This record gives sequence, structure tokens and C-alpha cells, in this order.
Amino acid sequence: MASAMTGMNPLLLVPEMLLFAGGLVALLGGSFLPRTRQWVTRVVALIVLAGAAATAVVIGTKGAQWAFDGTFAIDSATTVTRVVVALATLLVVGIAADEVADSPRESETYALLLFSATGACLLGGATDLMVLVVGFLLASIPIYGLIGMAGGARSAEAAMKAYLMGALFGILLLLGVTMLYGLSGTTGYIDLAQRLAAVSAGAMVAGVVAVAAGLLFEAGGVPGHFWIPDAVEGTSATAATFLTTVPKVGALVALYRLLEALPPDRAWALLVAVLAVTGMTVGNLAAFWQDDPRRLLGWSTVSQVGYLLVAVVVVRGSDLALPALLVYLAGYAVTNVAAFAVTAALPERRDLTSYRGLSSSHPWLAGALVVALLGLVGTPPTAVFVGKLTVASAAWDGGHAWLVIVLLVNTVLSLFYYLRWLAPAFRPSAGGAADPGPWSARTAVVSAVLTVALGVGGGVLWQLVDGPMLPM
Amino acid sequence: MLSLVVFLPLAAALGLVVLPRGGGTAASWVWLIVSAVDLVLIGWLWFDYEDPGRGALAHEEQAPWIPGVDSSYHIGLDGLSLPLVAMTAVIFLVCAIYSLRGVDRPRSHAALFLFLQTVSLGLFVSADLILFFVFFDLSIVGMYFVIAGWGHGQAARSALKFFLYTFLGSLALLAGFIGLYVAADPHTFDMLELTEQTPLAGSSVGGGLVLACILVGLAIKTPTVPFHTWLPAAHTDAPAVGSAVLAAVLLKMGTYGFVRIAMPMLPEAWRAWAWVLIVIGVVSVLYGALVALAQTDLKRMIAYTSVNHMGYVVLALGAAGLVAGDTTQARGIAVTGAVTQMVSHGLVTGALFLLAGVFHDRADTCDMDSYGGLAAPAPRLTVLFAVAAFASLGLPALSGFIAEFQIFTGSIAVAPVTALALLGIIITAALFLRALQRVFTGGTRGHSTAFADLRPEEVWAVAPLMVLSLLIGVLPGPLLAVIEPAADVVVSLVGR
Repeated sequence: MASAMTGMNPLLLVPEMLLFAGGLVALLGGSFLPRTRQWVTRVVALIVLAGAAATAVVIGTKGAQWAFDGTFAIDSATTVTRVVVALATLLVVGIAADEVADSPRESETYALLLFSATGACLLGGATDLMVLVVGFLLASIPIYGLIGMAGGARSAEAAMKAYLMGALFGILLLLGVTMLYGLSGTTGYIDLAQRLAAVSAGAMVAGVVAVAAGLLFEAGGVPGHFWIPDAVEGTSATAATFLTTVPKVGALVALYRLLEALPPDRAWALLVAVLAVTGMTVGNLAAFWQDDPRRLLGWSTVSQVGYLLVAVVVVRGSDLALPALLVYLAGYAVTNVAAFAVTAALPERRDLTSYRGLSSSHPWLAGALVVALLGLVGTPPTAVFVGKLTVASAAWDGGHAWLVIVLLVNTVLSLFYYLRWLAPAFRPSAGGAADPGPWSARTAVVSAVLTVALGVGGGVLWQLVDGPMLPM
Repeated sequence: MLSLVVFLPLAAALGLVVLPRGGGTAASWVWLIVSAVDLVLIGWLWFDYEDPGRGALAHEEQAPWIPGVDSSYHIGLDGLSLPLVAMTAVIFLVCAIYSLRGVDRPRSHAALFLFLQTVSLGLFVSADLILFFVFFDLSIVGMYFVIAGWGHGQAARSALKFFLYTFLGSLALLAGFIGLYVAADPHTFDMLELTEQTPLAGSSVGGGLVLACILVGLAIKTPTVPFHTWLPAAHTDAPAVGSAVLAAVLLKMGTYGFVRIAMPMLPEAWRAWAWVLIVIGVVSVLYGALVALAQTDLKRMIAYTSVNHMGYVVLALGAAGLVAGDTTQARGIAVTGAVTQMVSHGLVTGALFLLAGVFHDRADTCDMDSYGGLAAPAPRLTVLFAVAAFASLGLPALSGFIAEFQIFTGSIAVAPVTALALLGIIITAALFLRALQRVFTGGTRGHSTAFADLRPEEVWAVAPLMVLSLLIGVLPGPLLAVIEPAADVVVSLVGR
């Protein structure tokens, strides 16, 4: 193993490089392009994202290997992270096409999306605490800008809140990294497990909890979730979709890797289980009486992180844990984008009751909304159903049958607020409605179709993600 | 071939949604023709059917689906599923005929029912727990939109109640399925393998808990007391065809799950909990009948008789779990009766709800006291309703009698105390006769004056169901010949 770990192999990081370079091109190119020609940078972003996904697949097919002296793993988890991040960002650009086209901040939006996506990919592959920090900063800092760029008082407040929370949790993360380094003398995951096994438990737990807290901020999970609903409500649909979808993918895979690298100890499982239960329950209960569809989705993502964490609980308990997590992440990403894309297509409807008559005026959007919301519930045959099913199976298999019950009860709870949104859409309309944004509407339908396709093709998806993970 | 039968309606539904807008009548006719073709195909499957025996399925098809958790697209037929598949196709066909008289938004209506048909057929042919669950859950989604979109009264509220309640049940069911999966070695969701393995044998606590999850899930859908509270509201506010499908097809998903999943896969736990099931069955029978007796609304009354009739099924299946002495034959008869009752109840209650829809359609109310002497202005309705009522109360020469006779023969032989439930038959007879008397006899009054008799579409929808019920009542042989071997297999599996 050791020999394979040495060497830089920079080519293995082509997807990240592509994304980052694409961000730079969008940023610089945008300042030379006239306002009405900024769409060029959108094309650049789309090409770069498609290219990143394609190169990730090519690199992934060559099997698991290390890059940069064992600080970055190229395995199934990294490949899935890269592909999901790139494709989800691609869909987000689809939403952005309506919202920021010809606006003064168009190319900057794409640049920030690409930078943050790079960070999410780095998070997913990081097997070294220093790389983890770089990924965290690169993924989170552009998001503050994205939130603030929507303009207006609410967006400024949301950006400030996100920034302050991000700064706090970022410092926690750095503190945790410092402590773990101080205890073990290494930042690489491979040595971490051995060396931490010999140190005092209290300090190690504090360090790990601090790092985990930082990652949970990035994922938008309890306890680092307070900024999510405000940010989602106050900013543009583009930023809202992105921040609830893409960073999660990287952060949760990073958390999984970190816990896998730690000395085996059931205490981690219990800690994550508590976070999972709190996340599911808090998110669902808070979403119950939300009237703004985006805020509702914001709380719903908090609960989704809870479900996803159930897979992280059994990181050592079940062979199903990693593929279940990856399947769920992929399914969640497309489903969440579909739901947000519907709200983006109808930006003036910021109240659940204003969705009245959607089924007769815009049947396709209503169909996408049904698939997206029932998909988030986990109704078969959508992708999240496969995710929830396998996550639950993994948890039971790993000896946490009680978590399965909590997950299922929470699923019933969640149904209520999703139906609160769906029900008006199928009632007779109160009056005329504006035309939906064409690109957002298309993105919504495409994502909804993907949601069903990934669910029905669950087996294919499973085989794609069920590769070996590099041993720690 | 079997996949074609299952997915033909779905393909037609997608066609209706995607293709450019045509007239509403065209959509109704597409629905009718597709259901008819589907029924013909099922007729051919029946003709071609040979009993596969234990641990096998006729017309079996299998393809990998989620190999990571050993879940596959696995379907097939046996004596338990074939009669229900045929009954399902008949019910959807008559609903299509009934809807020819015109509905609101006919295109989406037809598409939704075609979707429901695929889901229902798919559930009855599933041989994989996850596939079963997919169809189980989608049936809830489809029915939610039927009630919310085409219902009346407090439709949105009833639909929400229905969804939340049955969805809770479906998740309990899923928990049970995952339990079976985790306990199986090697892990699998395949029903045939799980039936062979009986994964939780020897673990009374684990087996009991998993059975409890599955029972709760299926009991809510069936529904048995005390999980029946969603049913009257859903039925009262659903459109007539929705009620017919809900009562005739969707309720069977619960009891079908008992014979298909709970009994063969958890025989030990089933035997241990048989008495609980018998008690639930008896209580459902008596309580359902008594509450039905107290109703003034026709639809609610029929809804509560469903609780009563499904109680017979639960009772018989519970009795089949009392493995002792030389009762194998009796228990086989009870299970045969239970499956026959599922078919019979589907046909009869489907007819009753379609007829109740006529009342709602003409006078906007199903309150029995606002009618009277309806026999004079509406003789066709009277005849069909009377036949359906007699079939429902178990008059000989109609299908209900065959079913209930077998259920009681089998159950009382195993557990004489189940004779208590015979009271249910008497109460049902009383309540149907009373309803007939209140609505159809005496002087014409209230909404009965100027009540238009059944239109041809309505006659053509209900009459076939009654003919089938009569056919089963007079000539039960062909149906029982299909059910009996499968019922004996179930009994032998429970006896392991």
C-alpha cells in the first residue's frame, strides 16, 4: 500500500482542477464581456461541469488509488461525490439561467458556484485533515457571497448569519484539526487511527467533535443548521438550491471518511445516532407550519441530513453503509433540486396557498412537484426511497433497529408538511398566474424524471456506487 | 406476458398524459378498451394456468433490480394471486364503463385509474417484498389523488387522513420487511426464498416484533378494528369509482399480505399470535356490523360492512394458525374461504359503491331517510341493489355464501368459539333488509320523486359484477379448484 501512496499523480485531480479553472475563467471572462453577452460564461460553466463529471467517471473506472501522497483518495466515494456535485451544480446552473441571466452578477454567480463545487469535491476525497480544511473553506466561503448577491435586506441578513455561523464552525473545525494533530502528530487519516488509539480519550473526543461540528455546518445538519432556513428564504433560488444540495454531498462523505479513520469505538456511533435523531426530528417539526415553500424546504433539508447521518452511524457496522449513503446522496440531490426548481420557476408564489390551481395551469410543473415532494418523503419508486430503504437496512443490519423506527416515524411526520404543499396545487385555481421561468421549469421536469429514473434503475445506481473504498 | 398485463394500463396512462390533448370522451374510451384488453389477457393467463405447487409460481418473470440488497423484479401467479388479479381487472373494467356517463377532467381521471390498475395488479403478482411495497405505497398515492381530486364534501381532509393513516401503516410494513431481510441469511427480499428460509424461526421475540410491524401495516390497510377509522371518511367523500376501487381492490392488499407474506414467512409467530388475530377478526365482524346497523348514510353503512366482511377473512386466517390435532383439512377450508371472500367482497362491494354513487349523483345525498319508495321510479336500481345486498349478506347461490360458509366451516371446526361471529351475519342481514325497506319500499317521497333510473352505462357496470357473484355462487368449482391447492400450501407452510 505504502508504495502506491507516494507520488503526486496530479492528473487524478483533473475534475477539481477543471472546476476551479472554470470558475476563474467565468470570473475573469465575465469582466470583459458586455452585460448581454454574459451567457458565454454560463456555457463555460456548463461545459466545465459536464467535463468534470466525465473525467471523474473516467478516473473512477481505473480503480481505487491515492493522490498527493495519500492525502486524497480516489475511490467510489470520491467518484460519486464528484459526479453528483458536478451534475447537481449543472442543474443549479439551469435554474440560474432564468434568475441571473443578463443581471450584473451573472458571471460571478457561476464562478462562485464552481469554486464551491470544487470545495465540495475536495471534501469528499480528503484523507488528510489539512486537505479537509482547504475543502471546507473553499466550499463555504463562496456560499456567503452567493447568499448575499441576491440583494435586499433579507439576503444581507441571511448572508451575515451564514457568515457568522460559518466563521464560528470553521474555527471549531480548525480547533479540532489542531487538537487531533497535537495528539497524534499527523494529519493523514492512515496514521491517525493507530496513533489516536494510544492517546487520552477525552482530548481526542473533543477534537473529533469539533471537526464533526464544522462538517455538520457545511452539511446543514444539527447542530450547525440555524443559518439554513434563513439563507434559503432570504436568497435567490439559485443559491438556495445550491447550498442545500451540493455542500452536503461533500461534507457527509467527509464525515463518513473521518469516522472510518478513527479508532473503532461504539461511542462514535451513539454520538452520530443522537445527531441523526435530533436532526430528523427538529427539521421535521420545524417544517410543520412553514408557509413559505422555500423555508419549508430549508427545514426539510435539515431533516434529510438526519436521515443521511443514519448511514454514517453504522460506518463500521454494516457493509451496506457506504453504498446506502452514496445512493441516498445522489437521490437526494436530484430530488431536492427538482423541488427547488419548481419554486424557482414560480418565484412570485412565496406562500403555500398561492400554489392553488397549479395542476390545471401548469400540469408539468405540478407533476414535477408531486414527484419531488413525494420523492423527499421517500415514496417508491423514487431515488430517495432506494436511499431510505438501504440506509434503514444498513442501520438494522448494523444493530441499530431502533434508528429504523425513528427514521420511519419521522418519515410519516414529514409527509404531513409535504402534503400541505401538494394539496393546494390540486385544488381549483383562484385566478390567473404568470408564466413560469422556462429554464427552471425544464430543470424541474428533468430532475423529476431523473428522480424516478434513479429509483427505478436503483440497481444500476447501486452497482455504480458499490466500489471498494480505500482502507484507512 | 405477465409484465405486459401489469404495465399495459400504465403505458396507456402515460400515453394519455403525454399525447396531445384529445376529447374527453376519447380518453374514457381508451381507458375502457385498455381495461378490456387487459381482462382478456388475464383470461388467457387463467386458461393457460397450471397449479405451480409449493415454492413455485406460474408465468414467473425475474430480473435483477437492486442486487446490492438482493431485491429483484420478480413476479408470478399462483392460486392466491390469480383470482385477485382477475377480480381487480374486472373491477377496473366496470369502473371504466361506469365512468362513460361523464366525469370531470376525464383525461387525468382515466390516466389515474389506469395507473391504479397497474399498481393493483403489480401488487398481487409481486414475489419480492420491495416490489410489493412499491406497489403498496403507490396505491396510497393514487387513491389520495382520486379522493382529493374527484371527491366531494370534505374531500381534501378525508384524503389527507387516508394518506397519513395508511402511509403510517405502510412504513410499519416496511420496517417489518427490513426485519425479515436482516434476519434472512443470506440477506434477501425475495418472497420465495424468505418463505423457504422462515428467517425468524426460533426467535419468538424478534419474530413477534417483525410480525407485529407487518400486521399493523396490513391491518390498517385491511382495515380491522381498531385501525379502521380512516375508512368511513375516505369512502364517504370519495367518488363512486374511487370507493369501488378502494373497497374492492385496495382493502384486499391487506388480507392478501397476510396469506402471501405474514403466514408463510413467519409461521411460528403466526401460530403464536393466532388467538389475537381470531379475537381481532371476531371483534371486527361484530363491531363492523353493529356500527353499520347504526348508520343513516348509505355509503358509510357499506363502508362499515367492509370492516365486517374483512373481519371474516382475518378470523379465518387466524383460525388457520391454530395448528393442533387433525385439523389440516379444516384449516385449508378456512383459508380457501378467506381467499374466496376477498374475491366475493371485491365484486359485491364494488357493485354496492357504484350504486351508492348513483344516489349521490342524482340527489347529492346518501342519507337513507331522505329517500323512500324508490322501487317505483327506479326499478332497475332496485333490482340490482337488492341482489347486491343479498350477495353481501351471504344469501345462498351468491358468492358471499360460498365464502362465508367455508370460513365458518373451517374456523368453527378448529375453534368452536368463532361461532360468535355468526351473529355478524344476522346483523348484516338485518341492516341490509332495513336499508332496502327504508329506501325502496313504501310510498315514494323525498328525493325519490323524479329519481331517474339507472342509465345503460350504470347497468352495464353493475350487472356484470352481480352475474359473476351469481356464477361463483352457483358454480364455485372452477374458482375453488384454483384456490384450494394454494390454500393447502399456505396451511402446510404455517404448520411448519
